[in-house]
Amino acid sequence: MEIIMSILAGILFSAGVYLLLQRQLLKIVFGTALLSHGAHLLILTMGKLNRGDPPILEEGIKAYTDPLPQALILTSIVISFGVTSFLLVLAYRAYRTNKTDNMEQLRGSDHD
Amino acid sequence: MLQYAVLAPFLTALIVPFLFRYIRAIHTGWLILPIPFGIFAYFLSQLTNISEGHTQLSGIEWVPSLGMNFSFYLDGLSLLFSLLISGIGTLVVLYSIFYLDKNEKLNNFYVFLYIFMGAMLGVVLSDNIYALYLFWELTSISSFLLIGYWYERQASRYGALKSMIITVLGGLSMLGGLILLSIITGTTSIREMIAASDTVLESPYFTGILVLILLGAFTKSAQFPFHIWLPDAMEAPTPVSAFLHSATMVKAGIYLTARLFLLFGGTDIFFVLVTGFGLLTLCWGSYMAVRQTDLKAILAFSTISQLGMIMTMLGFGTKEAAFAAVFHIFNHATFKGSLFMVAGIVDHETGTRDIRRLGGLMTLMPISATLAFFGAFSMAGVPLPIFNGFLSKEMFFQTSLDLETTSTLVASIAPFVPALAVFGSIFTFVYSMYFFFHTFTGETRGQLKVKPHEAPIGMLISPIVLVLFVVIVGLLPNMINEPILTPATAAIYGELPNKHIVFWHGFEPALYMSMIVVALGVILFLTRTKWQSVYNWIPGVLSANKTYDYLYNMQFRVSERTTRTYMTGSIRHYMLYILIFIIGATGVTLFVTDGFVIDTSDLAPISWPEVVVGLVMAIAAIATILMKNRIAAILVLGIVGYGLSLLFVFFRAPDLALTQLIVETVTVALFLLCFYHLPKLDTKKQPVGAKTLNIIVSVSVGVLVTLVAIASHSSKKFETIAHYFIKESHHLGGGNNVVNVILVDMRGLDTLFEITVLGLAALGIYAMIRLRDKGEMD
Repeated sequence: MEIIMSILAGILFSAGVYLLLQRQLLKIVFGTALLSHGAHLLILTMGKLNRGDPPILEEGIKAYTDPLPQALILTSIVISFGVTSFLLVLAYRAYRTNKTDNMEQLRGSDHD
Repeated sequence: MLQYAVLAPFLTALIVPFLFRYIRAIHTGWLILPIPFGIFAYFLSQLTNISEGHTQLSGIEWVPSLGMNFSFYLDGLSLLFSLLISGIGTLVVLYSIFYLDKNEKLNNFYVFLYIFMGAMLGVVLSDNIYALYLFWELTSISSFLLIGYWYERQASRYGALKSMIITVLGGLSMLGGLILLSIITGTTSIREMIAASDTVLESPYFTGILVLILLGAFTKSAQFPFHIWLPDAMEAPTPVSAFLHSATMVKAGIYLTARLFLLFGGTDIFFVLVTGFGLLTLCWGSYMAVRQTDLKAILAFSTISQLGMIMTMLGFGTKEAAFAAVFHIFNHATFKGSLFMVAGIVDHETGTRDIRRLGGLMTLMPISATLAFFGAFSMAGVPLPIFNGFLSKEMFFQTSLDLETTSTLVASIAPFVPALAVFGSIFTFVYSMYFFFHTFTGETRGQLKVKPHEAPIGMLISPIVLVLFVVIVGLLPNMINEPILTPATAAIYGELPNKHIVFWHGFEPALYMSMIVVALGVILFLTRTKWQSVYNWIPGVLSANKTYDYLYNMQFRVSERTTRTYMTGSIRHYMLYILIFIIGATGVTLFVTDGFVIDTSDLAPISWPEVVVGLVMAIAAIATILMKNRIAAILVLGIVGYGLSLLFVFFRAPDLALTQLIVETVTVALFLLCFYHLPKLDTKKQPVGAKTLNIIVSVSVGVLVTLVAIASHSSKKFETIAHYFIKESHHLGGGNNVVNVILVDMRGLDTLFEITVLGLAALGIYAMIRLRDKGEMD
């Protein structure tokens, strides 16, 4: 299972990176969203999958899954949500100001 | 006590701006004149102590764990230089009071000058290599600031930058040499290095160290071909030229060579390099000086040539030569200092330094003319007992004949040395005469803006004092022999010289050499208009200056062009650089360390619902790329997110699943809110090359991530720390949901910052939306 998930994480990364390299702002935001999904899956997979019950302590349960990756991912989900929404509004703002969402045209001038 | 002598000028530099600002009635120079004089008096009081063979060591710790300390060491050599620095420093400050008007930027001038004075004292007193280097560069920086004192002039800025680039370049190479030395000897103290000179001599790095350190010394002391910065440094106010660029700073390289003489001296390569470059500099400098038309430029090339002569003597490696070098260091400071000051007076009183427009000033400025007479004739080495320059020059001739050597290499070069010495000295004679006679005798050659008259007495005091030394040392050279010259030579050579300076040696080869110099010098001086065209042949179009300018400009052109090729402003390019670097670094590491392992023994069983969800996610992720419609792309992206939360459910992570579900819903809503305002997706085809590159890079990243994930699963380098959290969650955190306890308790600070990030993002979003409102109102 871990190998399949590793491959899935790789696919998510590939798609994310490909979108990052596009010209359009919206696609770049899509890319960051896919990248964070991929990263979360990667962290979870690294901590081994399905080794016991959910990490909520109860009498009589011997094995729990590793709670640490889950804690890290939880932090990361929230932060990537912040980043994605920030980028989205930034993209919108940049488009309104510059009348273009093509990154190749948003190069700045030599003297900036 | 020594550290206070070094510190005093720096402290003075600190208070100069306040003095300048609040005490406007008195020229700032008067207020701070006592400082260098006090330092001079202090060093004078050490004379007997040092000449009895004692030394003095004191200092302050800086970073003792790295062997960096401000340890100061006073012996004969550093005493000689300290006396020159503080003594000529006093005279220069006095002179500058009359040279620079009260309306000039005196605060800048004296701050820079006193920083230099402190730094220069630091250079000659430091025993620690790091302190030495620090002070060394500080002299370069203060010299840069002083040359650029009249920064509104283009020539000043050019000269300042040139001197800085060349001397700092040398300084850096010197630092490399010094660090190598300290690695080999295991100490950062110069004295201890000298004590371990055998280790250095045997080291395979000996030649490298020598070259690196000499590069520092040669650039600082304006040796050929690095001499080009010195003529341009003449843009500095004349007191600065007299102080930094003839008497003290340019002798720092000579000081360093002399200080490390016991480490390097006597070896063949030391002789070849130091004497070779010294002679070349001596001849080239004096040859070029004759061609100059600016009084200060003549003196600059003359300084170059004299520095070359002192270097040459150090390179000889004999005790007599070391003694002669010390003697000439002293003499050069006196006659050249006074000549610079006279040049400044001429400039000040006539408004020009162009020797073609000057002439006949003797009747108008008799005192200055007298001073120039002594300075110039001493520099020329005219054989009269009133010129100290003759005594040291004759010693130079004598030592050039007495090269005692066992090495065949040195023996094969030795016969040429006296010839070259004479050659350089002939031109020295010519430009000295040219300097004096062309300025002070004959007719006035051009119309001067002002009617020249003698300088105020205050301006004359300093050159008079220096000329008195020229004459007194000329008459009674042994007066400074015992207290100053002998201890300095002993510090360089390690043995006491038994030298008694006499004017008359009898009819000896050295005397004949002096005679040849005078005879040919007179002839060449009188016929100089006839042979001036030789300068069209040598140097002709060849010029070290042009090389410097070419290299300097090329640097900018090349770096600008290089930068332009990769700093394109395209975010795609920058992303590509980063990603390709990541792929390269990780990929190579993975390959080189054999990091990839695959271990199938400890895998979770494959369950079909999970595989199906994963498959859907993979398809959705790729579909995000292919979708031509914005809404469709957003929804497909949503599928990936919801799929991930399903996976979290499968993989026993209920908190994650819940959070992901909420976040994904909000994100999709946000996308749908925003997309309306954004343009439609671009359906234009990308160029095939760019597209291929994008695919290659993104697939490589994906493959790499998969490999790293599998490898990290398969090779558990550390035991899991999960047990700790599970065991202590209830006990320490008081909660049964371990993930929650980790987040709010064990890694609470982390979560706090996470909330901060979210808050900042919210603030940013709010600001960007408000910005819109404002923009629309406008």
